Amino acid sequence: MSCVLGPDNILHDTLLFRVIYDFVGHLLPCWLSYIVAGGVIMMLLVNGVLMGAGLFSWVERRLIGRFHNRIGPNRWGPFGMLQPMADVVKLIFKEDLTPAGADRIVFMIVPVAMLAPVVLMMAVVPFAKDTALANLNVGVLYVLAVTSITSVAIFMAGWASNNRYAMFGASRGVAILISYEVPVVMSLLGVVLVAGSMSMADVVSAQTIPFLLVQPLAFFVFFVGTSAELNRTPFDLAEAESEIIAGYHIEYSGVKFALIQAAEFGAVLTSSAVMVTLFLSGWSGPLSSYLGWVWFLMKIGVLAFVFSWVRATFPRLRIDQLLAFAWKFLLPISIINLFATALEVYFLRDGAGTLDTTDLWIMAGINFGVAFGSLLIFGTLIKEKVRPARPITGVTLSSIEVS
Amino acid sequence: MVVQDVVFWILSVMAVCAALGVVLVKDLFRAALLLIVVFMAVAGFFVLLSAEFLAVVQVLIYVGAIAILIIFAVMLTRDVQHGNLPNRLQIPAAVFASLLLAVLVTVAVDTKWDFLPSEQQERAELVQTSSVTTLSGDVLTDSGVTSPDDQAEVQGSGLADLLIGDYVLPFEVVSVLLLAALIGALALVRPDPGTGRG
Amino acid sequence: MSFEAFLIVAAILFCIGLFGALARRNVLVVLMSIELMFNAVNVTLVAMAKYLAPAALQDDISSVLTGQVFAVFIVTVAAAEIALGLGIVFAMYRTNESVDLTEATQLRH
Repeated sequence: MSCVLGPDNILHDTLLFRVIYDFVGHLLPCWLSYIVAGGVIMMLLVNGVLMGAGLFSWVERRLIGRFHNRIGPNRWGPFGMLQPMADVVKLIFKEDLTPAGADRIVFMIVPVAMLAPVVLMMAVVPFAKDTALANLNVGVLYVLAVTSITSVAIFMAGWASNNRYAMFGASRGVAILISYEVPVVMSLLGVVLVAGSMSMADVVSAQTIPFLLVQPLAFFVFFVGTSAELNRTPFDLAEAESEIIAGYHIEYSGVKFALIQAAEFGAVLTSSAVMVTLFLSGWSGPLSSYLGWVWFLMKIGVLAFVFSWVRATFPRLRIDQLLAFAWKFLLPISIINLFATALEVYFLRDGAGTLDTTDLWIMAGINFGVAFGSLLIFGTLIKEKVRPARPITGVTLSSIEVS
Repeated sequence: MVVQDVVFWILSVMAVCAALGVVLVKDLFRAALLLIVVFMAVAGFFVLLSAEFLAVVQVLIYVGAIAILIIFAVMLTRDVQHGNLPNRLQIPAAVFASLLLAVLVTVAVDTKWDFLPSEQQERAELVQTSSVTTLSGDVLTDSGVTSPDDQAEVQGSGLADLLIGDYVLPFEVVSVLLLAALIGALALVRPDPGTGRG
Repeated sequence: MSFEAFLIVAAILFCIGLFGALARRNVLVVLMSIELMFNAVNVTLVAMAKYLAPAALQDDISSVLTGQVFAVFIVTVAAAEIALGLGIVFAMYRTNESVDLTEATQLRH
């Protein structure tokens, strides 16, 4: 028997799901094959993200080693490539501790809640032509919504650990996430305006020239905001090892720690994938109908390299500098970008409301000017706003209240 | 259809149990987490009701903003040990709530609802899909909407068009309301200039 | 998954929220209960937008989206409400050192 997915089903547009569903539908009853097809897709997603995270952890350690003028892990496997496997085996055999006084159930859910948004984000990203697992018509918004779940997970980790440092890390992390969410959303609005759609597939097909050129300011804001949301080094206050030891995951060990680490490394890859889709024209490139996924993976690689580069280069910011940077620098320039883009789209679009390639080049020219101008102006302004820390006087260790 | 029924019942049980938990659980932090479960279940309801935009907005605003603010408040007020105590009105409130529930259920079951005529059903579905994305002419032709007038009608009807078309006045009023709430909240939590307490 | 089922689930959510808002002493739980009620109303509105025929259907097919528009407004109002509500909670906590509603009696005298 074969099953047919009705056109009213929300999974109807998902090519991969339909292929698997049709294939399994020949062997199994319809309702079961529906579940099996869903399960297969989930397996693909979760394992793809976990494998990618493992691979990226090795790549990043090697790269940072190079940046630090040392070698990095090179013992096991070719170029030390099997190092992530060794790490995972080590972490699995470690004792899985739960601190006394912890909220056990919440403590247990946290690693899953951390990993879930990373995996879910991947679901709407098109790897090649028509291969997004779910071509949602609200894809861009979906990505934003799913990333906002991370802050709940961070809060849960901080609260359930029953540890003061975890709590500090969690409140820092959530403050950062909430602050940087605003400019990130604003910058994406510009992209959505130019593309005329919130579906990821439409955004890719709208990019006759990469939106990196059309929306340079939006790319800058999105890149900085994302690396803040990922808690990576210039912005890694939530887990600053030298200040609050490891922040919200201080009490995690064993498999749970492995999952949280995997979520952090995987998040870099999925954010790069989203950025490639929105700004670097996704899977398109020469021979893209056959080699789309190759282009896609190569672009992800380039962005992930830039992330590692940034991590190896910049020192950590202070929390007030970080929040001032979000509210006084990124937010104004993202608003300028949105305003400029809205005006350009209003004047350049034709009767059907679409923009052709010439229009995009004109926008690129104007937007680069706007980008340089606003970066210059606000860069000078924020230097005056963020003052260096005053030396703390009159405070001795005993006078700090220890509650 | 069967799968959607199963999903609906799972979501309903989840939503109702979690909602009961929000009201009854002693630990405030867990109550806030259960509230997130309710929000997620409601987002699931929206997907089932083919309102994907609202589902995503639900997650973005309720889970990403409102729940986070509530958890912040739970942590800052630190009244967790006290927990979630009932007041004197518990029994009258329970009686009143169950009476209201009985009335609402009776109304829901007994009323003769004016359902969407079946010939309009597919058209309405298309409109709801096009509320967040622009459907191309080919898709509409496949779905049986062939005449250019009809296609233009479906394509031109979106959530955004309604929001800044027919409902532009409430839309503007809501944005003024948000601004007022922003300023009001800032004024409320501002440290008192006289005492310097914050 | 009929229309009535959605209405009944929404009604149950609403009544749980009502009970919580009336019978709890902690102001945060009351706020959470109010959010529950908002959500129940949203579910009802969106269900009605999907299943019921609006009066303006003959003139304009896009009137099937009216329920969703209202739901969008409710979400916005809920966001404004929670921002102000929590502001009031913090102000109250600052003066009373407590979030217990039975102790918030300054205005009575």
